[in-house]
Amino acid sequence: MTSLTALTIADARDQLAAGKVSAVELADAHLAAMEKAADLNAFITTTPDVARDRAKASDTRRKKGDVGALDGIPLGIKDLFCTEGVLTTAASHILDGFKPPYESTVTAKLRDAGAVMLGKLNLDEFAMGSATITSYYGPTKNPWKAKGSSVDLVPGGSSGGSAAAVAASLCMGATGTDTGGSIRQPAAFTGIVGVKPTYGRCSRWGIVAFASSLDQAGPMTRTVRDSAIMLQVMCGHDPKDSTSSAHVVPDFEAVLKQGVKGLKIGIPKEYRPDGLNAEVSALWDRGMGWLKEAGAVAVDISLPHTKYALPTYYIVAPAEASSNLARYDGVRFGLREPGKSLDEMYAKTRAAGFGAEVKRRILIGTYVLSAGYYDAYYLKAQKVRALIARDFDQAFEKVDAILTPTAPSAPFGIGERMDDPVAMYLNDVFTVPASLAGIPGASVPAGLTATGLPLGLQVLTKRWDEETLFRVSQVIEDAAAFPRLGAS
Amino acid sequence: MSLDKATVRRIATLARIDVQEAELEPLAGELSAILGWIEQLQEVDTSAVAPMTGGTDAALPWRSDVVDDGGQPEKVVANAPDPQDGFFTVPKVVE
Repeated sequence: MTSLTALTIADARDQLAAGKVSAVELADAHLAAMEKAADLNAFITTTPDVARDRAKASDTRRKKGDVGALDGIPLGIKDLFCTEGVLTTAASHILDGFKPPYESTVTAKLRDAGAVMLGKLNLDEFAMGSATITSYYGPTKNPWKAKGSSVDLVPGGSSGGSAAAVAASLCMGATGTDTGGSIRQPAAFTGIVGVKPTYGRCSRWGIVAFASSLDQAGPMTRTVRDSAIMLQVMCGHDPKDSTSSAHVVPDFEAVLKQGVKGLKIGIPKEYRPDGLNAEVSALWDRGMGWLKEAGAVAVDISLPHTKYALPTYYIVAPAEASSNLARYDGVRFGLREPGKSLDEMYAKTRAAGFGAEVKRRILIGTYVLSAGYYDAYYLKAQKVRALIARDFDQAFEKVDAILTPTAPSAPFGIGERMDDPVAMYLNDVFTVPASLAGIPGASVPAGLTATGLPLGLQVLTKRWDEETLFRVSQVIEDAAAFPRLGAS
Repeated sequence: MSLDKATVRRIATLARIDVQEAELEPLAGELSAILGWIEQLQEVDTSAVAPMTGGTDAALPWRSDVVDDGGQPEKVVANAPDPQDGFFTVPKVVE
């Protein structure tokens, strides 16, 4: 029998149903693996008591024949989701000691479907970063290492704890959130699947807000099927988030094996800039080759405003963040630094509580929203954002899906690229455009570099068409036969 | 676009973040570099474009304006740094 932590969600579901394994056994196997791999720093908080309680309750439910879609499945939760009575930090000092009296809608749905929470996963502070190095709780290490090297690599970010934990088989799946690539880029860096659904698919209620017009929750798993299973439970309309959609949620798992015969796949020329990493470029060609062999047709397309996506994002996201993070004032929750006046207390609390990258983004956001600069920066960015969204609309008149690399490079070393914020931002060059347009995107592990590090391919489809997203992703996964960590 | 120390000080005050005098110069450099990079948006012609103001083009839903939650002051102040008798507390604001 395969080790319990190596099971996929789909396999575990079958074995639980067949009575071959119990939820308690699954939870214990994962809790033991978490302890052994504590050095990765994937978790900020582990919740073994919650996990064992929920696993026991799941086994009891199963005896009565009353089980949910994820009953007994051990999951990790990104520490950006509020969890009732369990420390929720957003990886920031400013949320010290914060135990929400409520549960986020997405984690409540997972809990109600029977999922077993193992703990809260590390991330970049307030999800601002691409390497999980800005966490107040220290960086997370990528479980992958280059061949013959002992250098610790970043797992990508901001959902780096989720990515590392899933890749290292410390949990079967994890929640992530994606504002500009924070699910897809870490998924690529750790050789797992990450899906950012259409903006509005998942409720944002109870997720610590970063940039509200961009934030979306999604699943991070070891297989495409597992992401389909998890997303099915996570999404759906929620009256508590006015931007969550009442769109019908299709059966994602049912479409996985429908293939891509006859589908038109767009290859955007703007995603192949001069100097694109040769291995990334070659993998992209190989990916299109697999889709062609499965009956799809390649179509050259243009998304002309692609180069403006990152600068647009770095106005829109900090602007929204500066507003969202105004709530951390030392009055209602978290850290408080004493001050002689109310203003001094605010300023000292925020100076002590926020890290350097968060401060930078709040200051940029405050500046672009300030009197005299609003039109030149913020309004301008909103207009360019409309052009970026229009590029995709026009492309999807001609194609069913778009294929690109997920990230411009393989994972890099912890400590690299930290001196220049703009160089770090370039990690998200291929993921940010879809975030701005609000369309769904998935990263599928597709190959290894010559040094044995994972690379991912990104699939994009039009709004609300996660079914095509999953179909294309499944074909890539089947063709790539990606060597999962610890599976060989 | 290059920010000077005085502008950084002003933004930091607006954002209610205490910034030490010695941090102003390096921050001005970092923020100027980011803003300089963002400047390229000015070359895009957006004269006939309506701004995209949210993540979705769907109309926001309406609901009845009724109280459907509340009455739990203990939960509301449970995470406050220094709550007293169901109230949040702050330094004295009136003389």
